[in-house]
Amino acid sequence: MSFILDGFTQALHLLATGDPETYSAIRATLTVSSMSMTGTLVLGIPLGFLLGYARFPGRRAAKTAVDTMLSLPTVVIGLLVYAMVTRKGPLGDLELLFTLPGVALGQVILGLPIVIAFTATAVESMDPRLRPTLLTLGANPRQVLMATLWEARYSCLVAAVTAYGRIVSEIGISMMIGGNIKWHTRTITTAIALETGKGRFAMAIALGLVLMAIALLVNLAVVGLRRKAVH
Amino acid sequence: MRKHGIRLGAAALGLVLALILAVGPAQAADKTLMMATTTSTDNTGLLDYLAPKFQEDTGIELKWSSMGTGKALQFGRDCNADILLVHAPEAEKEYVEEGSGVDRREVMYNDFVIIGPPSDPAGVKGMDVKEALSTIAEKSVVFVSRGDESGTNKKEQSLWTAAGMELPDKQDWYVQTGQGMLKTILVASDRDGYTMTDRGTFIKYEAENNGEPPLVIIVEGDETLFNQYSVITVNPEKCPSVKTDLARTFSDWITSEKTQKVIAEFLLLDKQLFTPNAK
Repeated sequence: MSFILDGFTQALHLLATGDPETYSAIRATLTVSSMSMTGTLVLGIPLGFLLGYARFPGRRAAKTAVDTMLSLPTVVIGLLVYAMVTRKGPLGDLELLFTLPGVALGQVILGLPIVIAFTATAVESMDPRLRPTLLTLGANPRQVLMATLWEARYSCLVAAVTAYGRIVSEIGISMMIGGNIKWHTRTITTAIALETGKGRFAMAIALGLVLMAIALLVNLAVVGLRRKAVH
Repeated sequence: MRKHGIRLGAAALGLVLALILAVGPAQAADKTLMMATTTSTDNTGLLDYLAPKFQEDTGIELKWSSMGTGKALQFGRDCNADILLVHAPEAEKEYVEEGSGVDRREVMYNDFVIIGPPSDPAGVKGMDVKEALSTIAEKSVVFVSRGDESGTNKKEQSLWTAAGMELPDKQDWYVQTGQGMLKTILVASDRDGYTMTDRGTFIKYEAENNGEPPLVIIVEGDETLFNQYSVITVNPEKCPSVKTDLARTFSDWITSEKTQKVIAEFLLLDKQLFTPNAK
């Protein structure tokens, strides 16, 4: 049991002394998750809004597809993206294999269904009187759209946090597309897997602590924003 | 309450941003060489030791992803790497013959050892490899295999064949991890079983356990346990994206007299992990 305590002490030491390997993994994780979150939100919120708001043929099928993709395993996404970005694959010329943008591409596929499904549900379950009310108040279609989106902003926020939670903690895509390359694509999760495999628990625990700290900060941010909403 | 909430949210967001800024943008280098390599060169820390020296001498940054030799060769076939550093001579020669690789050069060697619990449950200490393996099989004592078509795994399989046995596969005592060497040693240690590893990785494992590892060397010194490492450049005719000049530079550099000496000086617990033998 003492190795856990030792690991914990060493972990704090690694973090306090600014150990370059530890911080390189932290940086890679923050960089790649920021990239994938940007992609996920920019694509996901409009698509989710469209799915929840607009009425079009095949909408039910689209909803089923999105819901199914919610449980897409990260290794399957890793496999699909790998087949696309390997040098001999259709996107091989983009040189995305072993790069953080390549990992981000996979993570967007992971996060997208979450944001789309949450946003769509939020838009759907809004007070049905909102639209007629806005129209009687003389709103044009664009204003109706903006007002609806504004009313759904906190649900979108929850969607973003949920997506972030999955993106930041996934390992399948990071390992298969990123290749766990030291100083470049070694993220917190791939580093934890590697260090545990080598029996070096201190570094693994240090990185685990950071991952939990990031989760805590993100949640604090959301709690703060929600309080603002309630009052 | 409302102000408090905003402040808390803003503070947390600020902290996240500060953290991103503090750790800075990813460093970039103009010239980078992508290598696919076996787990032993990475797990032992050899590449961590060599890469900065290579960058200092040539200005080229070495990036590497470690995997079993089988997968590394496949990465070469798929044009995903510029150069390979691997250790399965037979498979390598095939790889060059089929035209996937060029300029195979021997770099260094060490040897394989069979390790197990100090109590030696199968009683194979001092036997030669063939005898030891057949005894382990007969007594059905746990043997942990990489099972990942790495150089070590290929070597191990050839030793079972050389001992006159069918390749174990589904037997209860034969455990295939499908993972890297150090992980496989940890599994063997957990199951009180035997496994085969290269000496470099074993010394690293000894060092990680402060010189008192739970598994010790049981069988060593057999001629058949020789372990040769080589570099191969991915064939630019098959893979036009390969950075041939950089690969050539690395190949020349690692086989140069100076680097060969540097490899010999890579020690853990005062033991040499790899013996240079470039011609």
